[in-house]
Amino acid sequence: MEESLTLKKLRERFPASIIDTHSFRGDDTAVVKRVDVVDICRFLKESPDLSYNFLMDLTAVDYLQMNNPPKTERFEVVYHLYSIKYNHRVRIKAPLTEADPTIDSLTPLWAVANWLERECWDMFGIRFDGHPDLKRILLYEQFEGHPLRKDYPLTGRQPLIGPKN
Amino acid sequence: MAIESALGESVVLTRTDKVLGWARKYSLFLYPFVTACCGMEYMATAASHYDIDRFGAGLPRFSPRQADVLFVVGTISHKQAPILKRVWEQMCEPKWVVAFGGCTCSGGPYDNYATVQGIDTIVPVDVYIPGCPPRPETVLDGIMKLQEKIQNQKQEL
Ligand code: SF4
Repeated sequence: MEESLTLKKLRERFPASIIDTHSFRGDDTAVVKRVDVVDICRFLKESPDLSYNFLMDLTAVDYLQMNNPPKTERFEVVYHLYSIKYNHRVRIKAPLTEADPTIDSLTPLWAVANWLERECWDMFGIRFDGHPDLKRILLYEQFEGHPLRKDYPLTGRQPLIGPKN
Repeated sequence: MAIESALGESVVLTRTDKVLGWARKYSLFLYPFVTACCGMEYMATAASHYDIDRFGAGLPRFSPRQADVLFVVGTISHKQAPILKRVWEQMCEPKWVVAFGGCTCSGGPYDNYATVQGIDTIVPVDVYIPGCPPRPETVLDGIMKLQEKIQNQKQEL
């Protein structure tokens, strides 16, 4: 199948930072190096023929104990971009190591990244460099750990009042 | 001759406890502490089709200081638990608590890091209404059980 315009342009423009790409039923995905994620997103947003002007979602995946296929990096930050103008989407993934789960913030490009990145920090403990106010958004300040990490116990309750039950 | 027949129908004799219970059970002012999906079923019960005004519980108060019954409707997270406790503490005696729905009774479907496993770990509960969410009939049954409880309890003045 012919590669989509987005993936083709990405490969041309960032040959060294694209680790992998694939398309499944019209959904494009590019796995990229984390250092270039802001540049790539800026390119996708600002190229007139791509015009990905909407950051739909920003989340992460914890691949701890994922053996099939095995992953070398534990985390992946996942961005879903959408172009209101062309009605097309692309998914960008950036692998992060367990030792250094840090990536640059997208807040200079999209204001919505502010809260999405705070949620990602809250749930997965991924740090976003350059974020103006990286603090928990859903849980309380006293909470220790990041509950959506696979090594966080499922019922690891940290009540503010009342028994732990 | 009993004194009632001498007085005719102009007087009703009763006990203070009984008459206070009767007055209290038919003037329930609910404080709906609504946090999640069960809220929809609370609204369905409160609206005209099921009409909880028939039970004297038709007027929700949105200040705990004006309410008698704390209706906890929906999932309570650990972040919210101190707020719920505080609302309960702000209510004047006599007061009652109803756990509306599975989440408030036991944590319901959520056995995870975020959810309080039953609000009775935080505030004392008088009536548990099970269901996810409970049907309006179940809620009305719960209200009637609460009324029965109010009628039969010792009335503090
Ligand atoms: S008991 Fe069910 S319907 Fe009610 S708040 Fe919990 S999950 Fe929602």
